[in-house]
Amino acid sequence: MQPLTKKVKQLERKPMTLLERIYLPSIFKGMAITFSHIFKKVPTIRYPEEKRPFAKVFRGLQVLNRDEEGRERCTACGLCALACPAEAITMEAAERQRGEENLYREEKYAAKYEINMLRCIFCGLCEEACPKDAIYLSETFAPANYKRKGFIYGKEDLLIPDPLTQPEEYEKAKGERAPATH
Amino acid sequence: MTLLAIDWTLLIEKLVLIAVIITASLVIAMYATYGERKVAAILQDRVGPNRAGPFGLLQPLADGMKLFFKEEIIPNTSNKLLFVLGPCLAMLTAMMTSAVIPWGNEIHFTLFGADRHIPLQIADINIGVLFIFGVVSTGVYGIMIGGWASNNKFSLMAAMRGASQVISYELAMGLSFIALLMLTGSLSMKTIVEQQVHGHWNIIYQPLGFLIFLICAFAECNRAPFDLPEAENELNFGYHQEYSSMKLGFYLFAEYINMFISSVIMATLYFGGYDVPFLNEANLPVNIAALIGVVALLVKAFIFIFIFMWVRWTLPRFRYDQLMNLGWKSLIPLALVNMFITGAVILWRQG
Ligand code: SF4
Ligand code: SF4
Repeated sequence: MQPLTKKVKQLERKPMTLLERIYLPSIFKGMAITFSHIFKKVPTIRYPEEKRPFAKVFRGLQVLNRDEEGRERCTACGLCALACPAEAITMEAAERQRGEENLYREEKYAAKYEINMLRCIFCGLCEEACPKDAIYLSETFAPANYKRKGFIYGKEDLLIPDPLTQPEEYEKAKGERAPATH
Repeated sequence: MTLLAIDWTLLIEKLVLIAVIITASLVIAMYATYGERKVAAILQDRVGPNRAGPFGLLQPLADGMKLFFKEEIIPNTSNKLLFVLGPCLAMLTAMMTSAVIPWGNEIHFTLFGADRHIPLQIADINIGVLFIFGVVSTGVYGIMIGGWASNNKFSLMAAMRGASQVISYELAMGLSFIALLMLTGSLSMKTIVEQQVHGHWNIIYQPLGFLIFLICAFAECNRAPFDLPEAENELNFGYHQEYSSMKLGFYLFAEYINMFISSVIMATLYFGGYDVPFLNEANLPVNIAALIGVVALLVKAFIFIFIFMWVRWTLPRFRYDQLMNLGWKSLIPLALVNMFITGAVILWRQG
């Protein structure tokens, strides 16, 4: 029969020699190999106590950003929701009232902003789509939860602490991937 | 009336001894499960159980608790009596062999003004080894009954495999032991050990016999590479597939006790039992010597247990025909040859 590919390899099927038929030499060889593994370094990372550093490009939980005056940057334009391939983002817009200028940077803001972490694939397209640098992906990930409901992150979960009133928490939550403020 | 008088102190002595030995073998079997997981982990560059207690040392307790709290399921179609009898028998036969093993030399102490000499052996019967062979071969009933009573194809198949395997390998084991018997001239475990304490260890005279014995011991304990009766990936779980809760625990436990006991037997028959090489026990106080002896025996047994595990995590399982070929076509002829050579050498040395 014509072989279908050029990769066919003819095997030599010699009858086993006596040494091979006794099995023992190869058994001892195998046992020596497993024994040598006793002295090998264990690559395990004992997770809760020991954590592996994330890569520089790691994309994790989203953060809704504030500007340096502590105002929410998001203007509820919906571009992130549009860009999102997983359709994980929903939001409701509201108009900024007089006197709320210290809360929201733009005249329109997101009254409700939800990301479903079970849908999100952490692609980072929302971050790329945002014209206001209002959302970026940080180095943490969504922790486990008992209920599906717990994976729908609202604004209170996503919004970064105010840099003016809570500077310490803000620094902690900011992370490496935060866009430079301007 | 003195004819019927029972030596109460002897009885109590023996009961205490039995209690101690059974507890000890249970604890050792318990920690053998932990050891197995740790050895497996280390051989595979993993960490192994390390959550329960320091270094995971409480893991066996946690496992036992878990097994106790599991629901007892007895399948509807099973034979209820046999279903319960199976694990009991497995456990019973596993424990019974420890009766004739000399765990150490005598200990001496004075109780109520009477000097007692207590040999660290439950029963020094003069057919000790035969007893072990007998009990071990009843052990297969545990598997057989369990598999049969489960009323399930896989379990039955596994039980059949187990039974035929144990029977086949028992033959080779017995034959390899006969060669040793011709050397020692005694079936009593105690005598065999005493001879090794004063002379050389039997492994020097019987290396081939020991090898056959070792392989057969693997097969008798249903350990890899001969774990066909429980072959997870072929038979789901083999003969204990239908078992749950502590009944399953008994089966698993019996395996580890068997492993421990056969390690002890190998150490006793071929590696001098409680003998410590290059140490003259006669120079030491009796009790300390006995204690050292027990420790020596346990150390030897632990080394064998490690070998059991090491082999398990190295070798793949035999195919059934390979298993039978190895047993009937290789080990039995080899054991016979070994027997003849031993006999010839003994005759030649006698002139
Ligand atoms: S990271 Fe990707 S999937 Fe997740 S919300 Fe942003 S755009 Fe959607
Ligand atoms: S996060 Fe950015 S893209 Fe999304 S609605 Fe707000 S401003 Fe628009």
